[in-house]
Amino acid sequence: MDYVIEMLHIRKEFPGIVANDDITLQLKKGEIHALLGENGAGKSTLMNVLFGLYQPEKGEIRVNGKKVEITDPNVANDLGIGMVHQHFMLIDKFSVTENIILGKEPRKKGVIDIKKAEQQVREISDRYGLKVDPRAKISDISVGMQQRVEILKTLYRGADIIIFDEPTAVLTPQEIRELIGIMKTLIKEGKSIILITHKLKEIMEVCDRVTVIRKGKGIATLNVKDTNPQELAHLMVGRDVIFTTEKTEGHPKQAVLEIENLHVKDSRGVEAVKGLNLQVRAGEIVGIAGVDGNGQSELIEAITGLKKAESGVIRLNGKDITNLRPRKVTEAGVGHIPEDRHKYGLVLDFTIGENMVLQTYYKMPVSNKGILNYKEIYKKAKSIISEFDVRTPSEYTKVRALSGGNQQKAIIGREIDRDPDLLIAAQPTRGLDVGAIEFIHKRLVEQRDHGKAVLLVSFELDEIMNLSDRIAVIYEGAFIDIVDPKKTTEQELGLLMAGHRKEKVGEQSNV
Amino acid sequence: MSNRTLNLLIPVISVILGLLAGALIMLVSGYNPVNGYIALWNGAFGQVFYIGETLRLATPYIFAGLAIAFAFRTGLFNIGAEGQLIVGWIAAVWVGIAFDLPKAIHLPLAILAAAAAGALWGFIPGLLKARLRVHEVIVTIMMNYIALYSSNYLIRNVLSKQQDTTPHIHHSASLASPFFQKITDYSTLHNGIYLALLAVVVMWFIIEKTALGFELKSVGFNPNASEYAGMNVGRSIILSMVISGAFAGLGGAMEGLGNYGFAFLQSSFSGIGFDGIAVALLGGNTALGVLIAAVLFGALKVGSLNMPIDAGVPNELVNIVIALIILFVASGYMIKWILTRLKKEAK
Amino acid sequence: MDFLTALEIIISASLLSAAPLIFTALGGVFSERSGVVNIGLEGLMIMGAFTSIVFNLTFAKTFGAWTPWLALLAAMAIGGLFALIHAVASISFRADQTVSGVAINFLALGLAMFLIKKIYGKGQTDTIREYFRQVDIPGLNHIPLIGKLFFQGVTYPSYIAILVAFAVWFIIYKTPFGLRLRSVGEHPMAADTMGINVTKMRYLAVFLSGVFGGIGGAVYAQSITLNFSSSTISGQGYMALAAMIFGKWNPLGAMGAALFFGFAQSLSIIGSNIPYLKEIPSVFLLIAPYVLTILALAGFIGRAEAPKADGVPYIKGER
Repeated sequence: MDYVIEMLHIRKEFPGIVANDDITLQLKKGEIHALLGENGAGKSTLMNVLFGLYQPEKGEIRVNGKKVEITDPNVANDLGIGMVHQHFMLIDKFSVTENIILGKEPRKKGVIDIKKAEQQVREISDRYGLKVDPRAKISDISVGMQQRVEILKTLYRGADIIIFDEPTAVLTPQEIRELIGIMKTLIKEGKSIILITHKLKEIMEVCDRVTVIRKGKGIATLNVKDTNPQELAHLMVGRDVIFTTEKTEGHPKQAVLEIENLHVKDSRGVEAVKGLNLQVRAGEIVGIAGVDGNGQSELIEAITGLKKAESGVIRLNGKDITNLRPRKVTEAGVGHIPEDRHKYGLVLDFTIGENMVLQTYYKMPVSNKGILNYKEIYKKAKSIISEFDVRTPSEYTKVRALSGGNQQKAIIGREIDRDPDLLIAAQPTRGLDVGAIEFIHKRLVEQRDHGKAVLLVSFELDEIMNLSDRIAVIYEGAFIDIVDPKKTTEQELGLLMAGHRKEKVGEQSNV
Repeated sequence: MSNRTLNLLIPVISVILGLLAGALIMLVSGYNPVNGYIALWNGAFGQVFYIGETLRLATPYIFAGLAIAFAFRTGLFNIGAEGQLIVGWIAAVWVGIAFDLPKAIHLPLAILAAAAAGALWGFIPGLLKARLRVHEVIVTIMMNYIALYSSNYLIRNVLSKQQDTTPHIHHSASLASPFFQKITDYSTLHNGIYLALLAVVVMWFIIEKTALGFELKSVGFNPNASEYAGMNVGRSIILSMVISGAFAGLGGAMEGLGNYGFAFLQSSFSGIGFDGIAVALLGGNTALGVLIAAVLFGALKVGSLNMPIDAGVPNELVNIVIALIILFVASGYMIKWILTRLKKEAK
Repeated sequence: MDFLTALEIIISASLLSAAPLIFTALGGVFSERSGVVNIGLEGLMIMGAFTSIVFNLTFAKTFGAWTPWLALLAAMAIGGLFALIHAVASISFRADQTVSGVAINFLALGLAMFLIKKIYGKGQTDTIREYFRQVDIPGLNHIPLIGKLFFQGVTYPSYIAILVAFAVWFIIYKTPFGLRLRSVGEHPMAADTMGINVTKMRYLAVFLSGVFGGIGGAVYAQSITLNFSSSTISGQGYMALAAMIFGKWNPLGAMGAALFFGFAQSLSIIGSNIPYLKEIPSVFLLIAPYVLTILALAGFIGRAEAPKADGVPYIKGER
């Protein structure tokens, strides 16, 4: 047995939680080994132990049969272990080259030899087929290229074992294909790969073996060709998983949201939404698919009043809400589940009760003539907690103490409780466990069945295809096409997301 | 040990640590710490006169502490209390000199003038922060110096005729209290203390009970989420700085209408505004905490004047102790951590 | 008085006032580039001024003309050590960095005055005899026109400050140390994954800010006030901080801003000598540097961005 990495009976604790409880992972030379688990199962923690960012309380690590102590990333690097992080560890203001050489800079008389550095970067990128521009600033390049820079960082340091942490979360289907190609090239060049993921399809396609962990414990290690997605899902979650949310046929009625020829600039003053048109009707879910950075965020900000619409009209139930202040938009009947719940959705140091009235604190019955009515506040909180299954010690608990899933449930509870006509959900299930995801999907469909209009923005194509009645693909600030989820495929969506319009026979191609 | 208890312990422990460190410094410098602290105590509480002085000094401290605590709750660092206090002082004295009205009108008018002046001095940094995202720390510090030099100019050229002090305010604008003077052996304790207590209640009420307070706290904790929820973050910032400045300006009224009854040229800052920072921090940025901390600091400062006399220790030692207390409070996380570890060992 | 003479006076006064600001602002750049906000520059200047004056008064007879320079070294050491208090509080104890900085300022003033009273028995020291005089720089002062304007009646520290600014620029942008320093201030977690010791880097940066702040205070005390009291350093540390922000955390930008603020400060000192400025009431000249600082921040800050991780304690394991 040619194990290049062995993590044996690893235990890692944080205050109040055991993130890794007696986990064993063995990586064979030349294989792609998947580390599968839900969000929060402990996968990233385990790999951070391997990479030297954390020290385990118990357990042993062996590299090529020899026992080692990986006390910090430098040691990991010296042992040939490199990591491509899920959230890129890149410095926006630096160039590609500077990011790659940081910590191991080639020098000439005490000064950084930037020419030599760029040359080395070019050599490695040519060798492995990783196209990058050594001089470009990170903030100016695409997500796909940023990931290639992350990979180059590991290769520059001579990594033989490369850990990929959820690499496909932010990629289009095309970029995912490219990445798979890159991984196969790396294997051919003698590397070994650990792939951390929760995406079953990718495991089946690319990996040789898979280790499943659940709630910090190792569950099983299998050969991929001996298993299937259902079994893996069952092992991952501990019960049978329903992949598709049950959905009856929709009966959409009148238009609730109408957007005509919307133009919005991003925070740098560049046009991000370019003449967008959209209709969302009562009783339907419209899903917006697209690569991050094509205007989705600016679109939502314009609807909710957080960004100025340069031109165009936004109507809610016929009423013009273009460029109204956020409070007025909310009052007009719009609910919003924001992308980043910690930054935009909740005040972590407030109690649940206080968070539930974040948008309504200034009116009756929550406050009377400027004075808060705490009885009302906590009455409301209690009802939302019970109806939306928010697990918490009490309604007086500070929201910071809740898990991610419960925080999100609280936000959704708050928004739905206000009974908006239009509910906007942006990445509503990001980072959540399967149970919470199922719950949230059910509630979104429920809203739609109650005759509400739902606008869903998500990077998870499965989610979009699962929930939407119509899918609008956004590309460069406008909808390149609107398709029927029942009639489309991931491949087709991927092409649209990358800007390739469908050419329909006999029809003029639309601009 | 609940989180709440821990939070209450940190200021207490910080004071103890600060005093201990002060004792150490005295020891190392060749002074007797016991004598030093006895002198401190006697200087603050040893006589009725001193108690009066302590409470009198605590009065502007309360206002300064409230000012800074209020701003802190909104996530703003108002180091400009010093300057806001000065302009409040000048405004109050100006009104006190310039008009001749029955007390029922004159005194409130002078007090209002102080609050308005302080509010204006807080408005400017608030506006710059809200509109242009300029950090309030530097702007308020600069405003302090502008206030200092401008007020000196006004005293010399407008409020008096090239003198170093202004004329005395009219009796109808004074906060002086013959009652207090009698029972505290002619200390300078004045009626402003009632206003200070009222201010404590007002701040508590605004922060804890009103929708405005809710909004300010929300913005202080998370301006992004607050904006998303529909709150006007810019308006909150400005309003907070205005209210904070008003509190500080009122502190100036305490000095101008109560303690002195006039204004005079100052070569450097009185320090009340800066000490207000310590008061606010030690008081956990709460109204009641500020009240307690202000009295403590009043005692420290008044008591320190006795240290050179009774124990030969320079009174600046108390400034060192105060600075250390702030450091310890700010490092509260570390104190919490140590406490939790100690509890674990005990088990 | 002709225009050129007026200009000469203004330039030498500006350089005199700017030198301490340049050094201190450079200290601020080191600290903030590593991600530690340092409001305590004022306190560091106070310690530098205090140390240099005490050293100067004590050793002037022993070292003669070398005294001010040696006093600088003493100030560097004390400043660096004092800054470590801020480092420990902010980095290891995760104190709010602004609060810690303000506390440092109080502490410095209190400690300095306590020691002055203890050593000298009064609140203000004597005037030093050996100080940085305004001299003519040999050789350069003979260059026509420019020589008279820039190299007559100036102090050596002024030009050393400018040279040092260039050196610091070079270190920060061209050396591995500088790259790593900046990485720690922009994205400490990324730096950590590249094997850089974030804590060590930040400690070093804050220490350097103390060293430079100490120099700034020592230069100020030994070239302008020539003694030490509670009003020696009155806002210069904050002005240096503003210069750093105005200069967008770039050493050369900070230097330029410091020169500008030095110019503003000098107006109040020499204003009574210059014909046109004589007419302006002194109060306006006195408040000019502070007003200009505010205007500078208000006018130019819109786009400027601090290092991304400035003011945020780095906690391993937090995601």
